[in-house]
Amino acid sequence: MSELDELYQEVILDHNKSPRNFRAMEHADRKAEGYNPLCGDHVTVFLKLGRGIIEDISFQGSGCAISKASASMMTAALKGKTPEDAQELFEKVHQMLTGESNGSEGEKNLGKLMILAGVCKFPARVKCASLAWHTVKSALQNEKGVASTE
Amino acid sequence: MKAVQEISRPETAAGLFDVKKIRQDFPLLKATVHGQPLVYFDNGATSQKPQGVIDALARYYRAENSNIHRGVHYLSERATEAYEAAREKVRRFIHASRLEEIIFVRGTTEAINLAAQSYGRAFLRAGDEIIVSAMEHHSNIVPWQILCEQVGARLRVIPINHDGEIVMAEFRRLLSEKTKFVAVTHVSNALGTIVPVKEIIGLAHQAGVPVLVDGAQAVPHFSVDVQDLGCDFYAFSGHKMFGPTGVGVLYGRHEYLDKMPPYQGGGDMISLVTFEKTHYNVLPYKFEAGTPHIAGGIGLGAAIDYLEGLNWSQVRAHEERLLSHATDVLTRIEGLKIIGTAKEKAGVISFVLGQVHAHDVGTILDREGIAVRAGHHCAMPVMQRFGVPATTRASFAFYNTCEEIDVMAQALQRVLKVFG
Repeated sequence: MSELDELYQEVILDHNKSPRNFRAMEHADRKAEGYNPLCGDHVTVFLKLGRGIIEDISFQGSGCAISKASASMMTAALKGKTPEDAQELFEKVHQMLTGESNGSEGEKNLGKLMILAGVCKFPARVKCASLAWHTVKSALQNEKGVASTE
Repeated sequence: MKAVQEISRPETAAGLFDVKKIRQDFPLLKATVHGQPLVYFDNGATSQKPQGVIDALARYYRAENSNIHRGVHYLSERATEAYEAAREKVRRFIHASRLEEIIFVRGTTEAINLAAQSYGRAFLRAGDEIIVSAMEHHSNIVPWQILCEQVGARLRVIPINHDGEIVMAEFRRLLSEKTKFVAVTHVSNALGTIVPVKEIIGLAHQAGVPVLVDGAQAVPHFSVDVQDLGCDFYAFSGHKMFGPTGVGVLYGRHEYLDKMPPYQGGGDMISLVTFEKTHYNVLPYKFEAGTPHIAGGIGLGAAIDYLEGLNWSQVRAHEERLLSHATDVLTRIEGLKIIGTAKEKAGVISFVLGQVHAHDVGTILDREGIAVRAGHHCAMPVMQRFGVPATTRASFAFYNTCEEIDVMAQALQRVLKVFG
């Protein structure tokens, strides 16, 4: 498989075309905006927290296929997780995207998210894939303002 | 008779532009990227450099390297001579009347900041208005916003129509006794529109208002005559006109430059320094504090030498052919929409491809060896005006070919296949 095919796999194209949890959330407990000033990608992540877990998560925004698919897959992966698990997943995904975790144990536990591993071959696109993750991290930490990949 | 007419088409009458030969002058155009021949369509960001410019930089460091304007020794005299010769080349290139009107800066951005801070802070007051257009690069917006905050002035914006042209009637309406400065681009980097700056300058001057023209995207494409335009300031970068990065020019009419305070303080811009009072140097040195980018200035001179060796009526004809071929070929691609359809355009095509984001287009084109810009092109208000988050931009130089445009068109079909 060419690097390009690895980047734009069927699953990613599908998440881009029909993103999961792509909606605004009324009465969200947490909300954060993410912005990549380099390219103008913009994402808002909404969280509903309760019983110590992320009960619901959704996102909105505009961006490329990679950023949209990554955000979509992220919402699917984080629903039902504790904030601590989410934080751990953030670290693992970040390592995978930046190519720091080549074949390590951590990466093997990423499941479906491993499909994003192709991004590390495209340094210019790493920030596209990590934008939503930075944003959810900031929402969980209840940071005010806008998360940025810079 | 008909056959004869076909043979004597205007482009052949003026002599064919030998693009293959021209390409030999630019070493990087021979490169391959991801195993494909490089198709370089990111000239709006920066142009490639001819061997003559690369050699001039190397020659300076190898044979002339020394500081200018201060040494009595041989090398310093050589370096000063070469640097000042480059200033004269720039003067001739933009048809300025005086050498002291040519100020070397880092680039267009610094040129505009210099004008905004030096002229603006000295002569603008609270309640004054500055007019820019809706298709400015951020570098011709933000320096004026900073000035507005400092002096309490207000920024007014000339709207653009759906083709990406300035609405002149709106400009006339905005121009008032409150207007104290006008700053407009000559060619839009995001849309390619050639702005009727001469008309704008004429109207502004009737109202007694000085005008700065951002010429960064103009000088690589056509000959500029600052006296004919009548502009008061003209800003451009070396690296977009086949010269080195890190050097650019602010042209300013000496009447204005004379009464403007210095932009930065330091060496070279003074004639006498005591702790009680400092006397500033004469023009243009008053605005050139510190050791400049000497090699860059000399390299810019070499770029001008190269450009002056070209037949510019042929260059214009060739670039127009590239633009019309690209417009034809791209329009035929399903779902492709060109953003920026002004009647007068330079070789820039911005487009959106159906629902596919510009970044994805850019990545796939890159794998085919094609370099384009994907994003907001440092002109976010333009993107907002057209309601798109980003565009893909192909920007041409005279060394590009119609065959390269066809290669891009094929690659765009591949993009559609991936996202089908």
